[in-house]
Amino acid sequence: MANHNAHSGHGGHEGGHGSMKSYVIGFVLSIVLTIIPLVAVMNDMFSKQVTTVLILVMAILQFAVQLLFFMHIRDEKKPRFNLIALIFGLVIMLTIVAGSIWIMTYNAVAT
Amino acid sequence: MWDKIKDFSSEFFVTGDPLILGAQVSIGLTLVAIVFTLTYFKKWRWLWTEWLTSVDHKKIGIMYIIASILMLFRGGVDALLMRVQLAAPELEFLHADHYNAIFTTHGVIMILFMAMPLMFGLFNIVVPLQIGARDVAFPFLNSLSFWMFFFGAMLFNVSFIIGGSPDAGWLAYPPLSELSGSPGVGQDFYIWGIQISGIGSLATGINFVVTILKMRAPGMKLMQMPMFSWSVLSSCVTIMFAFPILTVTLFLLFLDRYLGAHFFTLDGGGNPMMYINLIWMWGHPEVYIVILPAFGIFSEIVATFSKKKLFGYKSMVFALMSISFFSFFTWAHHFFTMGSGANVNAFFAITTMIIAIPTGVKVFNWLFTMYRGKLSFPTPMLWTIAFIPCFVVGGMTGVLLSVAPADFQFHNSYFLIAHFHQVLIGGVVFGYFAGLYYWWPKMFGFRLHEGLGKWAFWFWNIGFYVCFMPQYALGLMGMTRRFNEYDFDMGWQPLNVVSTVGAFLMGLAFIFQVWQIAHSIKFFKKETSGDAWDGRTLEWSIPSPAPMYNFARLPQVTSQDDWWEKKQRRLRGEAELPEVAAAEQAPLEPIHMPRNSGIPFIMSFSWFVAGFGFVWDWKWMIVVGLAGVIISMLARSFSYNTDYYIPVDEVERTEAAARGAH
Amino acid sequence: MAHAIDTHKGAHGHSAHGSHDGHHGHDHHDQEEMKTFGFWLFLITDVILFGTLFATFVVLRLNTAGGPTGAELIELPGIIASTFILLTSSFTSGIALLEMNRGNKKGLILWLIITALLGASFIYLEVTEFIHLVHEGATIGTSAYWSAFFTLVGTHGLHVTVGLVWMTALIIQLSRRGITPVTKRKVNIISLYWHFLDVVWIFVFTIVYLMGVM
Repeated sequence: MANHNAHSGHGGHEGGHGSMKSYVIGFVLSIVLTIIPLVAVMNDMFSKQVTTVLILVMAILQFAVQLLFFMHIRDEKKPRFNLIALIFGLVIMLTIVAGSIWIMTYNAVAT
Repeated sequence: MWDKIKDFSSEFFVTGDPLILGAQVSIGLTLVAIVFTLTYFKKWRWLWTEWLTSVDHKKIGIMYIIASILMLFRGGVDALLMRVQLAAPELEFLHADHYNAIFTTHGVIMILFMAMPLMFGLFNIVVPLQIGARDVAFPFLNSLSFWMFFFGAMLFNVSFIIGGSPDAGWLAYPPLSELSGSPGVGQDFYIWGIQISGIGSLATGINFVVTILKMRAPGMKLMQMPMFSWSVLSSCVTIMFAFPILTVTLFLLFLDRYLGAHFFTLDGGGNPMMYINLIWMWGHPEVYIVILPAFGIFSEIVATFSKKKLFGYKSMVFALMSISFFSFFTWAHHFFTMGSGANVNAFFAITTMIIAIPTGVKVFNWLFTMYRGKLSFPTPMLWTIAFIPCFVVGGMTGVLLSVAPADFQFHNSYFLIAHFHQVLIGGVVFGYFAGLYYWWPKMFGFRLHEGLGKWAFWFWNIGFYVCFMPQYALGLMGMTRRFNEYDFDMGWQPLNVVSTVGAFLMGLAFIFQVWQIAHSIKFFKKETSGDAWDGRTLEWSIPSPAPMYNFARLPQVTSQDDWWEKKQRRLRGEAELPEVAAAEQAPLEPIHMPRNSGIPFIMSFSWFVAGFGFVWDWKWMIVVGLAGVIISMLARSFSYNTDYYIPVDEVERTEAAARGAH
Repeated sequence: MAHAIDTHKGAHGHSAHGSHDGHHGHDHHDQEEMKTFGFWLFLITDVILFGTLFATFVVLRLNTAGGPTGAELIELPGIIASTFILLTSSFTSGIALLEMNRGNKKGLILWLIITALLGASFIYLEVTEFIHLVHEGATIGTSAYWSAFFTLVGTHGLHVTVGLVWMTALIIQLSRRGITPVTKRKVNIISLYWHFLDVVWIFVFTIVYLMGVM
């Protein structure tokens, strides 16, 4: 992120980052990735487990789309501190969520 | 009318305890004395322009250290009161409620308002100098961090005389900390005091990560960075990932108390265990946050006073960073007894044992650095030497505690108390004292009296062992934490008396330290070389105290221990390396500096007002406080006049004056 | 980087600094880059913050204490509308960035205003939804489930609201000062913030709403 704006005086048309094309592709993909889980859930197309996996995968793909097409994570110069920090952050975040679920399974209260 | 005022003040102020009354009077008198002195000597303007609005990392560092030493005093008095109460069975020195409040505030203050700010103070003073930078990455944010900490700490401390102290333990487990268990305002002071200062800590974490990654002097590769800066990086990375969890957890507890939510309540489907799970996800990394920089300090000191390169630089970096990472995977060992089953306990027992490995690596690195070194033993080195055996024993008892089945015996006993005091005092406190002694000449430009420092050192050390070794035994004899009294027939008295004597020895040691500082100020022994200990890293290459811009010319770094290598080249009479010589002879340029700003102070004070409003649920005060916060933020966003340049002739004058002092 | 740094006009005691040559410009450029990196790190701390809220929600999702469940009260159509609104606003904030890189101040401001309006309608829908839920008898104090629900969704809404205030302040600054290295950096980080909020919403939408009605 830190770098992609630095030399953008050249205009946004030279492919790669920040072009209209990439924003449009990203937007279309994000719409599609929202519609798929919506349709799957509203029409009860699959079993509960399959649907859960499907919509979580769609959400993760959507995240990747935002990251690649809107936030331009690919354009970072080395050393890629932004990417490293993000990965570390995601690992810790997943630990918090998965760890809590795992530990609290044994400590659930009566609902 | 009069009755109304009386009613209000009897609820508002803490009344009825002679100890607290005495404290109230002395706090009042101290405040009056401070106001009088500042007015009499016409120092208000000086205080505001030179300190309260300063964005200079060195001044912010000094303010952190002063605040933390005051907090050390308060936390220490709390500790001595507890030890007096426990010196004899069935003593009626402190009644149960008061005792609860004191162990709660002792814990919170020592960790969050003593260890953390002392650590941040050293970060601030040392890191920019050590990596050859002129300030931190975000000086304004740095000032904001300090004032958020300061007002958070003040909000917490004010509960002592207004409204009543929190008394649900330092981590405030629900359901005791819920409205049902703690209907008073003490717990609200706890939430808001920690919340406000926690935001400051989080900002400091981000600030120093960016500073270290982006502002190193030209040529300084990451793997040439001084070890203290590495330890700060690992600590700040941990802060970044751990503190948001604390923010959320306290916020949820606040919602429970303030809006009647049901996160951790016993009714409405709430689950108090979730709080314990969440708070330790922050709480465990937190202890590594405070110990990692101490490891860095010891590494600097060991190398300096052995006149050798640090042994195993790479393994040290690897150990620091892996501890920072693994610290996020051990939290459940704080509640093995919660009943999460064998799998959970086994997993967290193993991760806890794994994290002891990199710590062991470090101990060997320090020992091998000393091996065949030219050793000398001034006070910073004494603390380092004392740290090693103390921390090894503390660490080993930690490994004992990590064995989940055995922990069912140790849990919440004095064995645990002795363990964590041994790693926190023997590791963190010894480490920060070592750092204070080591960098003191750099901060203030004069030396501390060594003789008095040695007295303090021995009293601290002997006091420590006398105080805490008996507690391991007491724990095994069945004494659990947070008891305010015990029966005659338990047989605990002899060891408790010994422990109390030890605590007072440490109190005496603190007095020696105060005396040492006062004595050294009176017989001001100026440190003129800028290189008080024949140091190895960049902070020793500039005058003491450092000029406000730190480096007139940014140094060109070519190696690890760059300043030492340069001195060696000079001693050997070698010509300076061409790139270094070029950087040294480059003409001076105007230096880009951040402007001072009053916004951090005002914004943090607004948070204090808002927090106080939330504590008492005074809506008008909440609105005023939050409005102040928002206005401060917008004022900052709209101010574009935030920096200036120091002209060359002023830099030349300052440098000439500093050199003239040599 | 020869942008005139008009920010140093202040009457500071040291302000004898006539020449802003290339070196100082470069200095300034580094600073803006550093601030963007700092903001990125802040966003990652926000990832942790939301992660903790999600963990709490997932752990407490069944604890309705005999009260209303999410499946009973959630009305998906409004949520679907606000999802597409927020997705679109993420896109429009990207277009604003393109306009900025083209040096088109008017276009930049226009697209930022569009983004802010979309954000405001998202907030409007969320407030409407909350009012509806309260009328149906689900408040933050109803049960652990609703505590977690309102806190998670509300924290996201609060972030969006802060973004709106910030965006408004930025639009004013842009109209006054035009596109400078400083305002450029500010637009860059607010668009990062906006994309980030979009990502968080996708997970709120999936985990709270879609999985809630399944």
